[in-house]
Amino acid sequence: MQNRFADLLARKPQGLLNLYITAGYPGRHDTVPLLRTLAEAGADILEIGVPFSDPLADGPVIQQTSAVALRNGMTLKALLQELRGVREVLPDTPLLLMGYLNPVMQLGMEEFCRQASAAGIDGVILPDLPAEEYAEFYQDTFRRYNLRPVFLVTPQTSEARIRRLDELTDAFLYLVSGPGLTGGNQTADQGAQQAYLQRVAALNLRNPRLVGFGIADKASFEQACQHAHGAIIGSALLRALDGAADPHAAARQFVQGIRTTQPASTPATS
Amino acid sequence: MSHYQPSARGYYGQFGGAFIPEMLYPNVEELREQYLDILADESFQREYQLLLRDYVGRPTPLFKAERLSQHFGATIYLKREDLCHTGAHKVNNTVGQILLAERLGKKRIIAETGAGQHGVATATVCALRGLECIVYMGAVDMERQKPNVARMRMLGAEVRAAVSGSQTLKDATNEAIRDWISNPTDTHYIIGSVVGPHPYPDLVARLQAVISEEIRRQLREKTGSELPDYVVACVGGGSNAAGAFYHYLDEPAVKLVAVEAAGHGVDTDKSAATSVLGRPGIIHGSRTLLMQDEHGQITEPHSISAGLDYPGIGPLHAFLADSKRAQFLSITDADALQAAQLCSRLEGIIPALESAHAIAALQVMDLKPTDVVVLNLSGRGDKDLETYLRELHLA
Ligand SMILES: Cc1ncc(COP(=O)(O)O)c(C=O)c1O
Repeated sequence: MQNRFADLLARKPQGLLNLYITAGYPGRHDTVPLLRTLAEAGADILEIGVPFSDPLADGPVIQQTSAVALRNGMTLKALLQELRGVREVLPDTPLLLMGYLNPVMQLGMEEFCRQASAAGIDGVILPDLPAEEYAEFYQDTFRRYNLRPVFLVTPQTSEARIRRLDELTDAFLYLVSGPGLTGGNQTADQGAQQAYLQRVAALNLRNPRLVGFGIADKASFEQACQHAHGAIIGSALLRALDGAADPHAAARQFVQGIRTTQPASTPATS
Repeated sequence: MSHYQPSARGYYGQFGGAFIPEMLYPNVEELREQYLDILADESFQREYQLLLRDYVGRPTPLFKAERLSQHFGATIYLKREDLCHTGAHKVNNTVGQILLAERLGKKRIIAETGAGQHGVATATVCALRGLECIVYMGAVDMERQKPNVARMRMLGAEVRAAVSGSQTLKDATNEAIRDWISNPTDTHYIIGSVVGPHPYPDLVARLQAVISEEIRRQLREKTGSELPDYVVACVGGGSNAAGAFYHYLDEPAVKLVAVEAAGHGVDTDKSAATSVLGRPGIIHGSRTLLMQDEHGQITEPHSISAGLDYPGIGPLHAFLADSKRAQFLSITDADALQAAQLCSRLEGIIPALESAHAIAALQVMDLKPTDVVVLNLSGRGDKDLETYLRELHLA
């Protein structure tokens, strides 16, 4: 079975830039065109946020972009429809859907997986679906549709649990950079963050590790890449799109700001 | 009580569980592993019972309401949770959870509140035990329950306004959970109802179960039987109802009546009657009945009562509704207001707006003269006086 994550890693083992946008933001029909712009500008992996009315793990920026997207009329059904053409413009970029469980449950997990897979989606992040529930109820469905789950790891996650999560996927592990929500300021305790990333790096996991939450610019991106294969940026990108006359120009400029030189002078330990 | 106890993973039938992001996993897991042992611990029980007696003022009376009985044509007993310290049943839970938080070594307490009674009850026990207290409250609720905001501040708590969504209980709960995610080691979240991820629904139900434990004893003293025909309670998240039902769940002869807020009516878009308008879904970490649109977005409820203005119900109640063990009724804003006035004028007891919904349900219950009804009067109405005077044109 094709695994675009593994293919990507073979091409590019480090410094991976994973960008998140909220579907239906800033405009109702911006999603697929923006994904294309971001990939062309240098994103390696793209996450498509499914807007939800009550995003528990998200900070103010994604709360707000989700609210705007919902007001714009974005729904999970409409998004899956819209993504049908995405592989024509983005054949190789790993694509993930990220969202909360309730909208998925209302569509039905099987139907969700079927449509996501038909659109060529590679992975799914459902932060409020615990790994235990996934393993017991949904793993078979995911496998049948060649979808890979991505699990979050936090500084509080025990080693045994990290190893369990590592066994459950072959996409990547999402290392939450510190205590807090998406878009939070995680730079407060650099020492603790680096120690945590090093600790996880030393576990010799099967999966690559991407760091997310609070990665906002070139400096924090490169810092995160020192002990991981890459990093995930969401809120900072969405802030750059907010109010932009041309969201595509703003998106390109944002990625260029991260990509001006090759990041990660130190290779990722793995 | 096996049938109504949650499974090891926190399920009541198909409802419950713990749908939480990984950031909350260590905290919720720690709680899950320890709560039963801590609750059973002798030193915990000693402290808890002592505080319930000398601080909360338990047992609360079971009062035979003669004039309400006459009015409704059945024997009505009021379980006087309104006489608890701080004015509602909420403190039964916060007294227990603060002792639990101490045993977990937590230094900082957060809570959500709707009517403000849970916020006040949390601020109160935090003052008592010297712990930092932050209460999240919807901006709309801060306005309609002003006296409770003032009380929390007097008690030294910080009240933070939730300004997202409908700016009510759901949004305050979102903010409290976000706070917990951001403070993963030193903080305990005292949830105010039988909602949230496992083990909270069970933990809060056990801490409120003292209500029905007392009712059984008190009713036996008064009538010779522990079993009434009906137990009636309002349901926001469902903690006072869970407490009033708890020791009757396995007594099929006792009919359990859960009263939800219909708002302007269940056929309008301004309602909070979850058992009528909800479908299975996930809110605040629990799979339960949930008011939502066809796309799975949570819809904004409405009730004049801030404590019932919530788009979900606890998973135990979803199970009681689904299995028909409890009958669910819904009462409009207008009928609740009338019932509050009735109780005030007939019994000299001003009930909370939440409890007034339970009183109004007596009108639609088809009672027989021989029926014995225990109504859980969950709280007092001081916090609602401004609303009562305005809405009942008494000002
Ligand atoms: C007096 C009173 N009764 C009832 C409720 C509703 O909560 P629950 O359904 O958890 O008892 C509240 C909540 O604020 C309350 O203050």
